[in-house]
Amino acid sequence: MSDKIRKIEGITKESTEALIAETLSAYPEKAKKKRAPHIGANDQGSGSACVKSNKKTVPGVMSARGCAYAGAKGVVWGPIRDMVHVSHGPVGCGWYSWGTRRNMVSGIVGVTSFPMQFTSDFQEKDIVYGGDKKLKTLLEEAHDLFPLAKGISVLSECPVGLIGDDINSVAKTSAKELDLPIIPCNCEGFRGVSQSLGHHISNDTIRDYIIGTREYAEPESPYDIALIGEYNIGGDAWSTKPLLEECGFNVKAVWTGDGELEKIAATHTVKLNVIHCYRSMNYMCKVMEEKFGIPWIELNFFGPTKIKESLRKLAALFDDTIKEKVEAVIAKYDPIMQEIIERYKPRLDGKKVMLLVGGLRPRHTIGAYEDLGMDCIGSGYEFAHTDDYDRTAPEMPDATVVYDDPSEYEFEKFADALKPDLIGSGIKEKYVFQKMGIPFRQMHSWDYSGPYHGYKGFEVFARDVDMAINSPTWKLVQSPF
Amino acid sequence: MRQIAIYGKGGIGKSTTTQNTVAGLASIGKKVMIVGCDPKADSTRLILHAKAQNTVMDLVRELGTVEDLELEEVMKVGYGDVKCVESGGPEPGVGCAGRGVITAINFLEENGAYTPDLDFVFYDVLGDVVCGGFAMPIREGKAEEIYIVCSGEMMAMYAANNIAKGILKYASSGKVRLGGLICNSRNTDREDELIEALAARLGTQMIHFVPRDNQVQRAELRRMTVIEYSPEHKQAEEYRTLAKKISENTMLVVPTPLEMEELEELLMEFGIMEVEDESIVGKAEGEA
Repeated sequence: MSDKIRKIEGITKESTEALIAETLSAYPEKAKKKRAPHIGANDQGSGSACVKSNKKTVPGVMSARGCAYAGAKGVVWGPIRDMVHVSHGPVGCGWYSWGTRRNMVSGIVGVTSFPMQFTSDFQEKDIVYGGDKKLKTLLEEAHDLFPLAKGISVLSECPVGLIGDDINSVAKTSAKELDLPIIPCNCEGFRGVSQSLGHHISNDTIRDYIIGTREYAEPESPYDIALIGEYNIGGDAWSTKPLLEECGFNVKAVWTGDGELEKIAATHTVKLNVIHCYRSMNYMCKVMEEKFGIPWIELNFFGPTKIKESLRKLAALFDDTIKEKVEAVIAKYDPIMQEIIERYKPRLDGKKVMLLVGGLRPRHTIGAYEDLGMDCIGSGYEFAHTDDYDRTAPEMPDATVVYDDPSEYEFEKFADALKPDLIGSGIKEKYVFQKMGIPFRQMHSWDYSGPYHGYKGFEVFARDVDMAINSPTWKLVQSPF
Repeated sequence: MRQIAIYGKGGIGKSTTTQNTVAGLASIGKKVMIVGCDPKADSTRLILHAKAQNTVMDLVRELGTVEDLELEEVMKVGYGDVKCVESGGPEPGVGCAGRGVITAINFLEENGAYTPDLDFVFYDVLGDVVCGGFAMPIREGKAEEIYIVCSGEMMAMYAANNIAKGILKYASSGKVRLGGLICNSRNTDREDELIEALAARLGTQMIHFVPRDNQVQRAELRRMTVIEYSPEHKQAEEYRTLAKKISENTMLVVPTPLEMEELEELLMEFGIMEVEDESIVGKAEGEA
């Protein structure tokens, strides 16, 4: 909770509400009625959501959302590197989701990592006669070709659910025959309103098939933790994991960035779960809390202010050894961070940013921008729920606009009115705003850059934001709009 | 070319009635094709004297893709030069039989099975219209004429009424019309009157009352239609009459399906259903 209310010059509750009203006025009555509760002016002091969320996208507007399959394949399961992930159904879903999320992996391809595209490539005959036999053959072949893969996930595409193929029974039989974990995930794309349900379904399959099935070889220690909801985008985990280790923790597992199945499976023995992306993995944190009594803490590793705050919150749960190490780490990095801030802040001070991303970024990255002297004047999520917006309220300046699953039109309209100096969103938004002459960063995958997490990431983040905003290119662009 | 779809409750005798009727049409010189739209693939066995000819979907499964399939491989010619195709499909409980019907009919269209010399195409469709696939034969540009096979049994009439509801939906957006009810008799009381009454309520006609006759079973044992097995038998004459009536039928209507209460009233009127005693609803045997 922020104890002081931050104001942005020129932005008041009235001005934001007028902007929202004007934006909504373009809609037909029904769409207006549906969209209105999803856009609001932030009430920073309340600490609670000012918008409705997790509802079906209004037909006729363009949405940035994905589907349940995308949430399962792209977010939760896909990053586990030592498994084979099968896109079960026609070829397109697997193909177009292949390698697009930049969840980086280590390991040797074909030996300890399997970043290939595996699909059952459904044809008409598989729809009509069912794809269960094909799946069984595929599982055998995958195991033959890649005997070192630690397990196989079967991620259902839409047709599998439509024809009612029983992938769970195939997985059960094959798991026994091949003596290998085979995890059926009923994440058909048509289920739910966004990728969010895919995260939940995948968490449930981890609960049902994975957690508790392995033990760590090393003896337990009081500093055993797991890093949950860290997907190693652009190498983020390779910044946060060493940082936590430097603070004296044993990071036993990362869920699921550069993930290893057996480490994830033994997470039930750690002492604490540190969660970064709450939206996609709070479910398993709660399961581990209820079932194994493991507490969890939600932290933020973007920007020195939030990192410092997070490390101290974390240290407070442990003994003096950890507290001392954490203070030493902070003391070590503070001057380095200060140097970065001194380098970039003069070039970025007072600049404004608008965000539309997923997971945790619409709130977690705000502090990092503020470290550089920037203000977040609008933020929203693709697929958040009320608890995400509750957590967003104290992070955002008062009266700024909050938008849930906004349409392209709404987003453009807000940008047009608020004139941000930077927009952070996805690939579908990127060129729209660049053509409007607004600097842009693709903030789902760090725009081919990264890491942005941890101390190591902040330097890259600061450089990229500066590069985007202060590129001389923009002086040459004359926007016709 | 008139395209006709035959619907009705499962086990009511659609395939037998269709094949005997088609044989009747063939015997008066009509060119007919039967498209079996049921994964059981038994819509053409009486015409071909054989079951389990190569179905469209079986061959698709064997060849891997529908593009590799040739029309000659799936179209067989049987009694009276009747052309026969079966869509085929999965055994119960797996896959999607409805998609099989769609794939098969698309294949037939794309490969020129609907030749101009045909007078009739008959679609013999699986009992209940359970999904979009089984409504494929009555989509736009396909069958515009439907006959429902039923009997005086309660469930057969429920099914007929439900099918009429389906037809109504398609009739409002396309050209599909109900041509009549075919009563395939089960020897229930006042069966002809009852079906006449139901037909009237639905806004249609009972186009023919096919009496029950074991000659049909005797012919079936030889995998033949009655018309081929014993053309002189009186039952063969019944089917020829039905064929003639369908051939000459001009009464094609948008049906007016009954509400459940109306249907039950009708059944009570004919003593098929007892008048409901509301006081006993939901009470187990032991309860007072």
